[in-house]
Amino acid sequence: METSSLEKPQARTVLRYPSTDTLRRRQQHNRGHVSIADLSIRFGQDANAHIAVQNFNLTIEPGEFVCLLGPSGCGKSTVMNALAGFIKASQGNVQLDGKTVEKPGPDRGMVFQQHSLLPWKTVLENVAFGPLMTGATKSQAESLARTFLEVVGLSAYAERFPNTLSGGMQQRVGIARALANYPSVLLMDEPFGALDAQTRHMMQENLLEIWSEFRNTVLFVTHDIDEAVYLADRVIVMSAAPGRLIEDIRIDLPRPRTEDVYSDPAFISIKQRCLKLIRDETMKAFAQQNQA
Amino acid sequence: MRTKATPAPALVLQGDEIAAGFTTSGRPHAAADTAAAMPINSANDSAIPALHSRPAAIKKWFQQKGRHIAVRIFAIILAAGLWQAASANEWNFLLNFENIPTPVTVGNEFVEQLQNPTFYTHLGVSIKRILIAYVLAALLGIFLGVLMGRYAVVEDIFIPYIEILRPIPAVAWIPLSILMLPTEESSIIFITFLGALFPIVLNTLHGVEQTPSTLVRAARSFGASDRAILWHVIIPGAMPSIVAGLAIGMGVAWFSLLAGEIISGQYGIGYFTWTSYQMVEYPHIIIGMLMIGALGTTSTALVKLAAKPLLRWQSDKGSR
Ligand SMILES: Nc1ncnc2c1ncn2[C@@H]1O[C@H](COP(=O)(O)OP(=O)(O)O)[C@@H](O)[C@H]1O
Ligand SMILES: [Mg+2]
Repeated sequence: METSSLEKPQARTVLRYPSTDTLRRRQQHNRGHVSIADLSIRFGQDANAHIAVQNFNLTIEPGEFVCLLGPSGCGKSTVMNALAGFIKASQGNVQLDGKTVEKPGPDRGMVFQQHSLLPWKTVLENVAFGPLMTGATKSQAESLARTFLEVVGLSAYAERFPNTLSGGMQQRVGIARALANYPSVLLMDEPFGALDAQTRHMMQENLLEIWSEFRNTVLFVTHDIDEAVYLADRVIVMSAAPGRLIEDIRIDLPRPRTEDVYSDPAFISIKQRCLKLIRDETMKAFAQQNQA
Repeated sequence: MRTKATPAPALVLQGDEIAAGFTTSGRPHAAADTAAAMPINSANDSAIPALHSRPAAIKKWFQQKGRHIAVRIFAIILAAGLWQAASANEWNFLLNFENIPTPVTVGNEFVEQLQNPTFYTHLGVSIKRILIAYVLAALLGIFLGVLMGRYAVVEDIFIPYIEILRPIPAVAWIPLSILMLPTEESSIIFITFLGALFPIVLNTLHGVEQTPSTLVRAARSFGASDRAILWHVIIPGAMPSIVAGLAIGMGVAWFSLLAGEIISGQYGIGYFTWTSYQMVEYPHIIIGMLMIGALGTTSTALVKLAAKPLLRWQSDKGSR
């Protein structure tokens, strides 16, 4: 296995893409304010009712990168799906930029775990899909798509079909597709969960680099502590089911972050704190399951 | 807009993931193209390496493909030879070949028929009926299948009819369709249409119901309307199944057409076959049968060929 390509780059050049000004102009400031107030979500009826999320409160400022961290099944996806508009709140309120979320919309760019590109569309057509759906002409949408493919470094693959790309590349297309709608907030549900460790690592770095250009609000769901601490401005630790917020940890590690962060004492101490919280929660969940 | 990046062979060896990486430089490596293109080119099996000598290349071709073709041709020749022997010697044990013309006679008669305009009329009439019935069945079948797949009510309304009517063979429809439809021609087309309709509807329905909900969700989150989801997600997703239905439907259309033509009508390849029996022109029976087989196979192959561009994403390992 060749390792040199994974070494820290000598000269870290700023990500380059065409018509930066155009992109900036379209990027309104102070977009992407998320407010989740007293959110509870119940699945099922009466006797079979199952509370997935309980009294969950979270406010995200525009431009913040927030990771939702918690053991499997604790309700992370449920919170995200409520913000995405796929699930209705049983109680409480979810707002994006002052508007209550009622249904899915292009102001929230979704990046799914896997298999969500349209296999019958080329990479370019997949990325152009959002703009096309939100009123761009075909040529506008395609030129936007080319721009964002360049952002994620996949210009050379524009004419390929998704099933000819590796998992990591497919996820990069997914990110380009989500960005192409100029969303106020990027919603990512364990987007790198299915990738091998090396690729996941690269993707995390790529994501931060892209984000440093766009600075939109990101809500990123993961159960990987390293990933959460490495990426986020804030890590929201959730309890075992039913999901509640148990800790809101601010990560003040300097950016841009590289592999060096992993050996930073501050990183290690935050990580250990998360580890303990998650461990306790997982044990609790275990005990619950054994009782049931 | 690619800049020639430092071409590092080591990167290429690492596969597309890292070769195409953009972390370090912010621009895609030119090397990534070649890395990804290489396996595609090398997968092209017809490319014979230059270092092979010609006889070796032919030998390789024979081992890979030629052998199968040879066996198939041999199987046909063998059957024709047995048939020739049985007919020439008036074999009559289990099967009776006394009234069956030899392949040579059939071949000669076929050449003769090829010069007979009426023969072409028969073929033309059959093809015309197939075309009309099939196009109607395809349009209605896909339309109905999509509606049924999208709306449970529509499925509940039509499924009972389909389940009851589907097992009824084309021949059984003949009396009723003659009673109900104005002309003999229209009843033949109706029977053909019915035959093609069921597999097309059911396969379309199946395809539509199989659409992964994750794709629908994704499309919706990018701002797609219900209509856009239908065109961009549901129908393309159902396409492999629709195409399978169209191919099966074409085969059943020929079955059904033949049933109709044998019993009524004045022209058509089924009529030709059946009247040949009544007129004791036995070679024509076999010519008719072989024509039906050839037309059925050809038309099914044409359907698949026409649909191929729609399914390129399934198999295509290259680019558009
Ligand atoms: N659509 C649904 N219907 C019923 N239960 C659900 C549904 N979605 C999630 N759940 C349940 O809610 C809980 C939280 O799920 P989820 O949000 O997917 O967890 P996470 O993403 O943290 O792994 C789980 O117990 C899960 O079984
Ligand atoms: Mg989840």
